[in-house]
Amino acid sequence: MAARMSPYKLRKRAFVVFTHASLIVLSFVIAFPILFALIKSTQTPAQVFSYPPKFSIGPGAAENYSVAWREYNLGRLMLNTTVVAFAVTIGKTLLSLLAALALVYFDFPFKGLIFVFILVTLMMPIPVRIVPLFDLVRKLGWGNSFWALTIPFLASATGTFLFRQHFMSIPASLVDAARVDGVGPMRFLWQILVPMSMNTVGALAVIEFVYIWNQYLWPLIIISSNKNQMIQIGLKMLTGAGPQGMVNWGVAMAGTVITMLPPLIIFILLQEQFMRGFALAEEK
Amino acid sequence: MRSKFPNRWLPLVILLPTLAVCALFLYYPVAQSFSWSLYRAAFMGLKRLYVGTQNYVRLFTSPDYVHTIGVSFLFAGGVVFLGLSVSLAIALLANQKVRGARIYRVSLIWPYALSPAVAGTIWLFLLNPTSGVVNYFFETLFGVKPDWLTSGRLALLSVTVAAVWKNLGYNIVFFLAGLQNVPGEILEAARVDGAGAWRTFWKITFPLLSPTTFFLFIMNIIYAFFGVFGLIDVMTKGGPVNATNILIYNLYRDAFQHNKWGMAAAQSVILFVFVVILTLIQFRTTGRRVHYGG
Repeated sequence: MAARMSPYKLRKRAFVVFTHASLIVLSFVIAFPILFALIKSTQTPAQVFSYPPKFSIGPGAAENYSVAWREYNLGRLMLNTTVVAFAVTIGKTLLSLLAALALVYFDFPFKGLIFVFILVTLMMPIPVRIVPLFDLVRKLGWGNSFWALTIPFLASATGTFLFRQHFMSIPASLVDAARVDGVGPMRFLWQILVPMSMNTVGALAVIEFVYIWNQYLWPLIIISSNKNQMIQIGLKMLTGAGPQGMVNWGVAMAGTVITMLPPLIIFILLQEQFMRGFALAEEK
Repeated sequence: MRSKFPNRWLPLVILLPTLAVCALFLYYPVAQSFSWSLYRAAFMGLKRLYVGTQNYVRLFTSPDYVHTIGVSFLFAGGVVFLGLSVSLAIALLANQKVRGARIYRVSLIWPYALSPAVAGTIWLFLLNPTSGVVNYFFETLFGVKPDWLTSGRLALLSVTVAAVWKNLGYNIVFFLAGLQNVPGEILEAARVDGAGAWRTFWKITFPLLSPTTFFLFIMNIIYAFFGVFGLIDVMTKGGPVNATNILIYNLYRDAFQHNKWGMAAAQSVILFVFVVILTLIQFRTTGRRVHYGG
């Protein structure tokens, strides 16, 4: 049966094979730098610097990861970053849920203007306000602290926008039913709206967690002690030349793997929500 | 008319945290960038002298700053062109209905979660002149071992490639979402009418995809201007000899290494004006919003 395929079917079969082959090759090419980092993080310094490069797993993994974790203090930085990333992600989600609730389910003066006020902050990435922000946060006494890394990031125009858009697509009859049943706005939010918005919640969690975890410029300038530092700056220390002027690349790659793992796990777990709640929402 | 809850004060109370953070940590510092840009720090930062528009005049007449603008646009151009063409090609393949399409999709978009500093660190090692793997391939294939990060033009190319690689996931996600909205019936009709795959793509898919492409065009420019600080800091620190000194890196150096706060504030204002123009273009053309990752 397979031997007597029509030319059309044959062409189609060939195309499927071609698609699989190119997707496998492309996935490999995209992953190659990370696979290389993974392999190198297990090699001893001699293997790392061997030429031609060795592409096999070496015996240095335990040593490299423990040096990165302890001597370069990545363990502590991971803890700091985890606390900050969760605090900001949760805080932003809560604040934007509340803001969207107010904007969709209430009437009050200047509503449109207030929404625009929040939305316009999308045009204010850190670099356009960095010097005054640095000055302000230090005057508040928050320099080198947890507060500097969290409070200024709690408002989310993206979150408010996504939740508002999603709430507006939910049938209005739901509010009427809730009001008839005597359900107040806060219970309405937690028991009805939030469960219906899990795609948006998941998408926002990915966006914000990845954004905060990967922040670099702000912690670099506002955090001055290694004890309070964020993980991305720890990476910078790993590639800064050591006392002998040589970078220990096995350790640096181990540190890189440690640094990228948490946001990667969150992204892979929530990528379906990310796709539905953000990328496809953006398309509407 | 959508029915509402009757409370008068509650909406304002629950909006307050968001509005307070926006006002204090976003609007106020941006406004201050404007006013500080008219001053110059003197006596080791103890005093501020009013200089009017002098900071702007000095920036735009300084060959170094003009060079920085040029480098930023070259870099952004590379990131946009390479990034969009490669990720569109990949998205077209990943959009085919083959088995395991979801697994392929994850394995193509995960670099979204990587940080610019992680990308920079890995590429710094890949491009290492002695033990890096890129030069191993180059020597084996072409018999040359280029100095990727110590020659100006190659350094700019290197940070461009690293930045594109890091952003592939983001671009592919949006192209895939855009492709899902291209109606299958139209493509089928074109196939029945005997149009080849190439023609179908350019005559039907590509035009229908143009809102996505334009959105990504803007987002990649924003990424190239604001999102790659960590990558530049880890890979080149703006060097060699300012060859990769993009605007945001120059701003950081003036502000926090040379303590020229007035000059830095003026550069912030210039970047802000640039963002506003991009956003207005985006708004005018598609009426959709731009997300800067905050």
